[in-house]
Amino acid sequence: MKIKSLTNTIIAALLAVPLLSGVASAYELTLPTLDYRTGPYAPNGIPFANGYSDYLTMLNERDGGINGAKVNLVACETAYNTKRGVECYEGTKGEGNGALVYQPLSTGITYQLIPKSSVDEIPIFSMGYGRTSAANGKVFPWVFNFPATYWSQATVFVQYIGEKEGGMKNLKGKKIALVYHNSAYGKEPIRTLESAAKKYGFELMLLPVDHPGQEQKATWLQIRKEKPDWVMMWGWGVMNQVAIKEAGSIRYPMDHFIGVWWSGSENDVLPAGASADGYLSGAFHQPGDNFPAHDDIKKHVYDKGKGFGDRDRIGEVLYNRGLVAAMWTSEAIRTAMKIHGTNEVNAKQVRDGFEALDVNEARLKELGLPGFTIPVKITCDNHEGPGQVALQQWDAKAKKWSLVSKFYEPLRDITGPLIAEDSAQYATENNVTVRNCN
Amino acid sequence: MIYRETGQFKDNYSDDQALFPIAQDRYVIYAVLLVTFAVVPFVLNQYWLNAVMLPFLIYALAALGLNILTGYCGQVSLGTGGFMAVGAFSVYKLMVAVPELGFVPLVILSGLITAAVGTLFGLPSLRIKGFYLAVATLAAQFFLIWMFNKVGWFFNYNATGMITSPPMTMFGVIITGPEGTPAAKYLLVASFVAVFALVAKNLARGRIGRNWMAIRDMDIAAELIGVRPLIAKLSAFAVSSFYIGMAGALYFAVWLGSAEPTEAFDINQSFLVLFMIIIGGLGSVLGSILGAAFMVLMPILLKNVLVNGFGTNSALAAHIEIMTVGALIIIFLIAEPHGLARLWRIAKEKLRLWPFPY
Amino acid sequence: MTFFIEVVLSGLMAGIMYSLVALGFVLIFKASGIFNFAQGVMALFAALTLVGFMEKFGMPVWLAIIGTILVMIALAWVIERLMLRHLVNQEPIILFMATIGLAYVLEGLGDILWGSDVKLLDIGIPQGASDWMLDSFDIYVEKLEVFAAVTAAIMVTILAVFFQKTRVGRALRAVADDHQAALSVGISLHTIWVVVWSVSGIVALVAGIMWGSKSGVQFSLSLIALKALPVLILGGFTSVPGAIIGGMIIGVGEKVAEVYLGPFVGGAIENWFAYMLALGFLLFRPQGLFGEKIIERV
Repeated sequence: MKIKSLTNTIIAALLAVPLLSGVASAYELTLPTLDYRTGPYAPNGIPFANGYSDYLTMLNERDGGINGAKVNLVACETAYNTKRGVECYEGTKGEGNGALVYQPLSTGITYQLIPKSSVDEIPIFSMGYGRTSAANGKVFPWVFNFPATYWSQATVFVQYIGEKEGGMKNLKGKKIALVYHNSAYGKEPIRTLESAAKKYGFELMLLPVDHPGQEQKATWLQIRKEKPDWVMMWGWGVMNQVAIKEAGSIRYPMDHFIGVWWSGSENDVLPAGASADGYLSGAFHQPGDNFPAHDDIKKHVYDKGKGFGDRDRIGEVLYNRGLVAAMWTSEAIRTAMKIHGTNEVNAKQVRDGFEALDVNEARLKELGLPGFTIPVKITCDNHEGPGQVALQQWDAKAKKWSLVSKFYEPLRDITGPLIAEDSAQYATENNVTVRNCN
Repeated sequence: MIYRETGQFKDNYSDDQALFPIAQDRYVIYAVLLVTFAVVPFVLNQYWLNAVMLPFLIYALAALGLNILTGYCGQVSLGTGGFMAVGAFSVYKLMVAVPELGFVPLVILSGLITAAVGTLFGLPSLRIKGFYLAVATLAAQFFLIWMFNKVGWFFNYNATGMITSPPMTMFGVIITGPEGTPAAKYLLVASFVAVFALVAKNLARGRIGRNWMAIRDMDIAAELIGVRPLIAKLSAFAVSSFYIGMAGALYFAVWLGSAEPTEAFDINQSFLVLFMIIIGGLGSVLGSILGAAFMVLMPILLKNVLVNGFGTNSALAAHIEIMTVGALIIIFLIAEPHGLARLWRIAKEKLRLWPFPY
Repeated sequence: MTFFIEVVLSGLMAGIMYSLVALGFVLIFKASGIFNFAQGVMALFAALTLVGFMEKFGMPVWLAIIGTILVMIALAWVIERLMLRHLVNQEPIILFMATIGLAYVLEGLGDILWGSDVKLLDIGIPQGASDWMLDSFDIYVEKLEVFAAVTAAIMVTILAVFFQKTRVGRALRAVADDHQAALSVGISLHTIWVVVWSVSGIVALVAGIMWGSKSGVQFSLSLIALKALPVLILGGFTSVPGAIIGGMIIGVGEKVAEVYLGPFVGGAIENWFAYMLALGFLLFRPQGLFGEKIIERV
């Protein structure tokens, strides 16, 4: 006991110095990134983290930051582990002039940080993941999950299937299987799909796959036996690769197999080779590196040797996802600067920036990303924004993803009541006073 | 010179059998308690209380529990994560159903529930031994996690299966969830550890603890001299699970605030706690606490030194960190297989004779 | 009926894939009484090295395999030098924990050397469903797994010959029987340990190749160790055939349970069912199906 308290004090004294001495002379925007470049999910975490960091580095190099205020990226490794994520959060939130916004990058960490965000007054931007009902800005003023949630995405998939089957009425009697990662993340769409199944009369078949998902024989044998008309997948990590491979092996028609947007990157389809051809997945931004912003990243970041990843992997799906996250974050900070008339914004003001965010097509063009993603406009009560999702398809010969559908509107008559119900339950369980948005 | 028992005469039996027979030991304990309760919560900042002290103390409690089973009774268990989950889900259900009981009784109640579950999963230990038992306890680990993930009743049928702890107060201060005051949380958990460390120390030196140790040292011999393996083994499972269950309840309600069964209580949790007692010292209360301190503090320390000190990028730092942790574990096991507690004991022996060792 | 056969066949194949990992555990446990938790990470490390040699240095497959085998032998030597030698005569649990420490070191090392991205591993093993089986019998059999089963059979035969017929093999068995007696007749423990860790390193390479071809070489590969544990306790820690037969029982058991029982209880029961099945067997045979009988004396 004696040794413990003694070492504690020594360590505290030692570490307090580097932790507190980070105050720089010029004002810096502190953006912690909770990356995961290690652990079982690293292959998916690395490209996202690269895209996020590269875009912000590019802003620093090209424009000297956001409106002249430099961005200070503070990387913290979470290994997709909730406990480490919480430690990272506690450790980085006081960095510099205080962290401005968190991108937790994991459903588990997001759930952990949601209640903390309103206490510490730091906004959370869980872009297209995390708690779906956080779309309700009245209950979750500090959380933003635009441009679309898992529930919106599930309804978009149902619409796409309906369209391919020749009308929503033809969904009746169809069988749709959901292969999901057996965790909070994978379970997200179940409720939505269940109510869609009730509404349109299709049969839903649930097939959970345990972490990590290296062995899925039993799952795919069931699919072979039951022969569902469509398969949806909410997978992550090695589970994606194995599932796509197995689907190819049992000769499941790939254009009837739709993955969530976390199951649709190059990493997921490449191991399956030619058999992955035609596989579909959700998307809310374009793949590829043929945008002016990408050229700027190559010129200002990689040519100076400041890039995080491989130059030829710029433009991969998950890289672009990190990039779009960084773009919206920096735009929110810019908006906050405009609202409050200062470059020295704090976390509370950045939240206001998120809530007034409006990135339309014209603005995207200015940013060097014309047509890259959907226009986003956030309001006080709607933190999900547009909620629109498109589908992309894998071409195994060209080794390229490309968008193959329009952006669908979500079925708000299904997601709306579910979001209201779930956020109301959260509000009562945790004594949250519901905000008035008018 | 200071640490010497000369002149401390004991003139009755109860003095002789005191928990800490040497006066200096008592003073040290008083000093540590004083620092723990009166200094630490006012000196350390929020990061240290929330991200370091809380997990350290909670793991110390879990390690105490596992040490009772593995260190004192010799039954290796890899089901710690699963049993912590039982504690966490019990306290969640109780907090939602009967919050008026107060937080501390609820934690103890969930400990009792875990004890019942632990006893059940301890039954195979009557037949299976050694590593076969260790791997068999993994059955408990995987089954319990699956159950909490699958059966809606445990997480009140919410959409994702995540449980979130509702805010609860004690003496008017919020002690659970993120709104809780760090110092209050710390004091609560520290009291749990202090009280139950004392209980464990008492249990271990009493009749029941001696039975456990007899079973550990050689179960057939113990049976021959009249120790009933059924009672001894199952009681060890029960007491151990009681501690682990309480640790799980505090882990979820006080530290994390919300938890997902498949991630927060996975198998790595079981390994982590096992490491703590091995590094700290099997069969030692002090060892459990030292081991927890070592395993919680070392990675954070390494990370801070690498990232803040040398500016290593976070991914490389994480790789170096895991390698160093692994290497340190091996070095430790080679240098002192009996753990940190043993080092402390050696230091004490030396101190008693110092400065004239002959 | 066809479907049932299909499930059983898949179970057998998956089981053999688990056995490949379990084999490495058995070899080391037999010769040194160490429960080597690092076996899964060794498989990952071997596969990473193989891919690294092929991609970064452009080696042909055969050369890369030989290179990796050499690396695994060197690794065994280092492990013996730096770790095992200093842990002679320790409690089994201490040795077990030390191997977890080793697993951490290898995990970090593999990542630093070769990066943490998914890597494709293609050394020409046939993959995908067997068209012939699918077309003529409507049974889905994965070619890779058939290949793995054949490899496993060859490997077990070689190991059996190695243990029974060669000088080193006999020495190995002597060490497994009684360390001290073996030492007193002049068998060097250190050499034996290097040999046995090298052999299990090679077994790990085979397991790594099979699993790596299946899902790409990535960190998750190390987690297959957890799937091998029930196989191990069912078959017994000390029996090579036990690992194979245990694997088949576990494989068939978990697949049949998942397919026929899973839908009624919400699915994903494979993991715990394997352990429960093994536990059930243990209650009748506490030393596993083929384990050596534990004789206790006071």
